[in-house]
Amino acid sequence: MGPFIDFLVDSLGFGATFMYGSTGEIITEKAGHLNLGIPGVMCMGGAGGCLMINLCVKAGFPPFLIVLLGILGSFIMGVLMGLIYSFLTVTLRANQNVTGLALTTFGVGLMKVLMSDKKLVQATTYLVNPKNYFRFPFASRTDNLHTLGVMFFIAVIIAIGAGWLLYHTRTGLNLRSIGENPATADAAGINVIRYKYLATCIGSGISALGGLYYIIDYMCSQEAYLSLEAFGWLSIALVIFVLWKPHITIPGAFIFGVLFSCSSHIPNLLPFIKVTMAAKPLFKMLPYVFTIVVLIISSVRSRRENRPPKSLGISYFREER
Amino acid sequence: MQTNRVKAPLVHLSRRDTLPLWHKAVIRLAAFILGMAVCGLVALLLIEKLRLDPSRMGEFYQSFIKGSFSTLARRWKFFKNVAVLLCIALALTPAFRMRFWNTGAEGQTLMGVLAAVAVNFYLGGKYTNGRVAWPDWSLLVLMFAASLIAGAVWGVIPALFKARWNTNETLFTLMMNYVATFFVSYCLIKWVPSGSSSLGKLSSGKLPTVFTGLGKSQYSDYLLIIILVGLVTALVYVYLNYSKHGYEISVVGESERTARYVGINVNKVIVRTMLLSGMLCGLAGWIIGAGLDRSVTTESVGGQGFTAIMVCWLAKFDPIMMILTSGLIIFLNLGADQISTTFDVSGAFPNVIIGIVLFFIIGSEFFINYKINFRKKETPSVTK
Repeated sequence: MGPFIDFLVDSLGFGATFMYGSTGEIITEKAGHLNLGIPGVMCMGGAGGCLMINLCVKAGFPPFLIVLLGILGSFIMGVLMGLIYSFLTVTLRANQNVTGLALTTFGVGLMKVLMSDKKLVQATTYLVNPKNYFRFPFASRTDNLHTLGVMFFIAVIIAIGAGWLLYHTRTGLNLRSIGENPATADAAGINVIRYKYLATCIGSGISALGGLYYIIDYMCSQEAYLSLEAFGWLSIALVIFVLWKPHITIPGAFIFGVLFSCSSHIPNLLPFIKVTMAAKPLFKMLPYVFTIVVLIISSVRSRRENRPPKSLGISYFREER
Repeated sequence: MQTNRVKAPLVHLSRRDTLPLWHKAVIRLAAFILGMAVCGLVALLLIEKLRLDPSRMGEFYQSFIKGSFSTLARRWKFFKNVAVLLCIALALTPAFRMRFWNTGAEGQTLMGVLAAVAVNFYLGGKYTNGRVAWPDWSLLVLMFAASLIAGAVWGVIPALFKARWNTNETLFTLMMNYVATFFVSYCLIKWVPSGSSSLGKLSSGKLPTVFTGLGKSQYSDYLLIIILVGLVTALVYVYLNYSKHGYEISVVGESERTARYVGINVNKVIVRTMLLSGMLCGLAGWIIGAGLDRSVTTESVGGQGFTAIMVCWLAKFDPIMMILTSGLIIFLNLGADQISTTFDVSGAFPNVIIGIVLFFIIGSEFFINYKINFRKKETPSVTK
C-alpha cells in the first residue's frame, strides 16, 4: 500500500496549489470579473512571501511569526495585485481580458526579477529554515504524510469557508447577484463597486497564497518559481472544472493533482504498465482536456447553476442600461 | 417644514461620443510617458546598478532607442519581430471584431509551427535515386498548407461548440493552448529519441534568397516576411472594412440579435471567421516554423499569442493601427532586453516594463471613453 498512499498524499499536496488559485478566482468571477492575471498574482504571491520570510529570518523572529508573516506578506502582495486589476477594470472599466493578461505579464516578470536578485531573496533562507515550521503537525514523521503542512489545511479551510460564504450568507447572495446582473443588484441597493473591489482583492490575496505554498512547501526547491506560471493557468482551468463552486475545488484539485502527477507515480504503482517518456506529456495534457470536456458538457446541459456568472467579463457602467 | 439638501455626487461620469483624433493621441501619449516614468522609478528600485548610481538613468532611457535601432542587425530584428507579432494580432482581429474572445492564438500559432516543422521533418532531406525527393520550394508550399490547416483546425474546434451550444470561448480557447503545448512536447520526444528533446535547426525547407545585397542572407528572409505580413495587413483591412463578410462580422459583434433579424446566419459567421482567424495564426506559425526557426519547441511562440491580444485591443481592432501598437510592444521589449544586459538584471525584466506601460495605456482608455463631470457650484434643491 505504501506507494499508493504516497501517490494520494502527493496528489493532495500538489492539488492545494490549485485549491488556493481557484478559490480566489471563483470569488473574483462571482463578482463578474474574469481575472486572467491569476498566474501573475500567484507568482507575485510567491515572491512576496519569500521576500517577507527573508526579512523575518534576518530579523531573527520566532518560527511561529515567520510562518504567519510569510503568509501575510504573500496575501498582501496578492491584494496589491488585485488592487491594480480592480482599479483598472472596476473604476476605469477597462477590458478584463487585456488587463488580466497585462497583469500576468507584469507579475510573472517581476517575480522572476525579484527571485533572481540574490541580495533580496536568498533561496537558502526561504527554503531551509521555514520548511519544518510550515509542515507543522507532521514535520517529524518519516512517511509521506510529512509533506502536508499548515498551508495545506489552510487551503481546505478557505475552500470550505468560501463555499459557505457564497451559498449560505447574505453577503454571498449579494455577491452572486452582482455577478449575474450588476444593474439589478445596484437597483436593490447593493454597493456594487465596493463588492467588486473586495471580491477581486480578497480573491487575489487567496490565490497569491497558492504561489507561496508551491514554492516554500510543496516543491521546496530553488527552481520552483520558474514553473509557477503554468499552474496559475491550471487554476483558472480548475474554476471551470468545478463549475464555480469553491467547496468542490477540494476534490477537483485532488483530481488535477492525480492527473498531473500520475505519470511519475505509475511506474511504482503499477509496474506492469510501461510509461514511456513520450506518454508523459499526454498525461499532463489530461487536466486541460478534462476541463474542456466539462466546459462542453456544462454548456450542452445548460443548467443555470452550472453556467459561468452571466455578466462575467463585462464592465458595469451604471448609466448604461 | 423640513428641508433636505440633496447633494449631487462629487464626480459624475458620462459616456463620450467622439473625441477629436489629436485629442485621443495626446491622451495616449501622456499615458505612455507617465508609464515610462513609472518604469524608471520601478527600475530604480529593482536594479542594483541604478540604485547605486542614479546618474545612469539617462543611459537607462537611451537603452530603449539603442535596443531597437542602434545597429543594422537590430533594425532588421526589430522589423522582423514586429512583423511576426503583427501577423498574430491580425489573425485575432476578425474574431475580436465579432466579440469572439479568442485567447487561443498561442496554441493556434504553435500548431502552425508544429505542422510546418512536421512536414519538413518527415519529407525534407530525403533522397530518392540520389536526388532530393522534395525540393525546397515544394516543401515550403506543403508546409504552408499544413500550417494553415493546423491553425484553422485548432481555431475552429472552439468555434463549432460556441456556435452549437454557446460554450464559453474565452476559456475553451485558453485551454487549447496547453493541449497544443503538451502535444508539441509529445512530438519532440517522439522525434528526438535521445532524450534531449530539442530538435536542431533543420537544413531543408529554406526560404529562397530573393533579395541580394542586403548584407546577410537572413535579411532576405526577414524582408520577405515583412512584405508578406504587409500584404496580409492590407488584405485583412480590406476584408474587414470593404467586404460583405467584414460587415457581417461587425453586425454579429455589435448585436447577435440584430444580426439574426437581418437574416445573417450567426453560426455560419462564427465558424467561418474562426476558420480565418485560425488560418492566419497558422500563417504566423509558418513564418516562425518555416521562415525563421526551422525548428519547434514548446516556447516557439513564446507568449506572443497573448501579447497579440493586447496589441489587437490597444489598436481598437484596426489593422493599420496595429502596426503602431505591435511596434510599441517590440520597441519596449527589445529596449528592456538591452537594459537587462547592460544593467545585469534578470531576462524577465522586459515583461515588467511592458506590463507597467500597458497598465497606463489600458487605463488611459477610460479618459477617452468617458467624460468626468465634477460637481458644479452647489445648487440647493429643497424637498419636502
